[in-house]
Amino acid sequence: MTTETRSALERRRALTGDPVEQYARMVEIRELEERVNGLFAAGTIHGTTHLCMGQEALAVGLASVLRPTDTVTATYRGHGVALALGMTPHTVLAEIMGRAEGCTGGVGGSMHLCDMSVGLLPTFAIIGAGMPVAVGAALAHQNRNEDSVSVAVFGDGAANIGAFHEALNLAAVWNLPVVFLLDNNVYGEYSRINLTTPFEDLYVRATSYGIPGEAVDGMDIQAVQGALEVAIARARAGDGPSLIEAKTYRFAGHSRADTAPYRPEGELEQWRNRDPLLVTRNSILAARTADETQLDAVEVEVRSELGRVVAEVELLPAPGVEAMFNNIYAPQGAQS
Amino acid sequence: MAKMRMNQAITAALADEMREDPSVMVMGEDIAAAGGPFKTSDGLLEEFGPLRVRDTPISEMGFTGAAVGASAMGLRPVVEIMFVEFLGVALDALVTEAAKFRYLSNGQVTCPMVVRASVGSGLGFGCQHSQTLENWVSATPGLKVVSPSDPQTAYGLMRAAVRDPDPVIVLEPRPLYAQRGEVVTGEEGILEIGKARIVRTGSAATLVTLGQTTGIAIAAAESADLDVEIVDLLTLVPWDMQTVLDSVLKTGRLIVVEASPASGGWGSEILASVTSRAFGSLKAAPFRITSPDVPVPYAKDLEARYLTEPDEIVTQVSEYLRTGLSPEPWWIREGVAR
Repeated sequence: MTTETRSALERRRALTGDPVEQYARMVEIRELEERVNGLFAAGTIHGTTHLCMGQEALAVGLASVLRPTDTVTATYRGHGVALALGMTPHTVLAEIMGRAEGCTGGVGGSMHLCDMSVGLLPTFAIIGAGMPVAVGAALAHQNRNEDSVSVAVFGDGAANIGAFHEALNLAAVWNLPVVFLLDNNVYGEYSRINLTTPFEDLYVRATSYGIPGEAVDGMDIQAVQGALEVAIARARAGDGPSLIEAKTYRFAGHSRADTAPYRPEGELEQWRNRDPLLVTRNSILAARTADETQLDAVEVEVRSELGRVVAEVELLPAPGVEAMFNNIYAPQGAQS
Repeated sequence: MAKMRMNQAITAALADEMREDPSVMVMGEDIAAAGGPFKTSDGLLEEFGPLRVRDTPISEMGFTGAAVGASAMGLRPVVEIMFVEFLGVALDALVTEAAKFRYLSNGQVTCPMVVRASVGSGLGFGCQHSQTLENWVSATPGLKVVSPSDPQTAYGLMRAAVRDPDPVIVLEPRPLYAQRGEVVTGEEGILEIGKARIVRTGSAATLVTLGQTTGIAIAAAESADLDVEIVDLLTLVPWDMQTVLDSVLKTGRLIVVEASPASGGWGSEILASVTSRAFGSLKAAPFRITSPDVPVPYAKDLEARYLTEPDEIVTQVSEYLRTGLSPEPWWIREGVAR
């Protein structure tokens, strides 16, 4: 049996100001990704998946400084953001494995995670599509005079699609409370950024829309948190949108089928030296927030918990056939 | 009851919904300060202010996507797409996001948004500003599609669309914006999405129409005193199969009149569904009167022929009733195309 009994909201709140909890969540994301990878390789899960190994500091950094009442749009590479925002490994894995207890009831799959109790809109499997939607969520916050913000998480590949430019422009002209969080993991699908984009620093594009832009070390959770805190506070105060580019690295290929043979030699190894889990662990040790033994115990606990979750979810039933007919339109007579 | 043009009826519907529900807002290109390129939002900015009545950049992908996000967070945005062709760059937001959010959230997130788009030929705008394109939006579960045919239905469908819990696309026949008619406003004027209306009763054949073709079919029937029943569909998704079936079971003959090219048109769906269910009651093969498979031509005489004229409906229906056979379209009859 799973020992995790906290709700998504409780898991989310636990991150605030607690570096060890944040580290534990990063380990959880990594462990889930590795297990998902294994389950796909073994043929236990069908379809495809997009892993975010190497990008955990961005996900957890964001979740630890954002309020659960704020809104997030994220991408098909979204297991990390979903877990970070609070969704339980049980719900996420059940969705990835197409089980009735998944967050969409098993009709969505790996690319479609959602939990509005922690502000996560259905994750987007269309590159760039989440950005205008985040702008719209911010519009709703602005029209209702709420101090909530929305955050659009997207990749470097999305910075070349029209939605990026339209969203930034719209957010700027309407001075909306939105933060554009660009996860520059160096690769857009199978192509390295230098092959698709005239330059590798994408934060400079903020200048075109008259909004602040900044690049941060996306492997360092504290750097991510620091930049986000400023941008979120700015948005919350009614001072408008910002673009933050977090420099990360995609340790896995684009999707299940991609082993990333196109990487320059040594690039992966170089980035692995700055593995966000390692950076976080070292910074906790340096600050003496916890010692080696304590962090080792956290890792063992998280990993064994994930093992229990996998075993449990594998036994869960698939959705009944009626599930495919639900939630297309509102039930007859419903008003929302 | 008040006499108004169709564009004024749309404005009145929006204003009435905005007065009743503070979550309703409208946005689009030049819809605020200018009152809309077709004056379908005149005066709304003055009454409701710039947060609820927003001029947008020329940025359909951006603001249609924003409507998805705003509706997901509880607003009821109404987006204007000036010409339906401009929806091409915004289709993702509708087809891939708005239509799927309820499904992909197990019902947690809904998109009660409206996309209004002007459609139709006859005004000399050329082939990139004159299509009706129902088939862009009618084949995606999760979307609803309506199309008014006069000021009353424009008012009634618009209010119903704004209140609907799901994304609704309103295809507004542009040539009808200036048409005047009596409009019952208020609750009594609101129509039910999914219900067709019989605008003329008759016994020899059923004509199913939508949007602009309703008035054309009525004109044809009146000019030649055709004994036809005209069913104005009003809602294309989900269309009112029962009303159409009941009429066809009575008349035994079905003709669908469309303002779009033959291939892939919505009338095929009507024909297929009715034929499968009422085959034994049909007195003749159903057929469709459509535009040819061409882009909408510009030259005035050509554009006039693109959209089926009342006389052509009279010719085709009369031949059909006389012979029991489906007539050829004019371009084949005249030998100008195959």
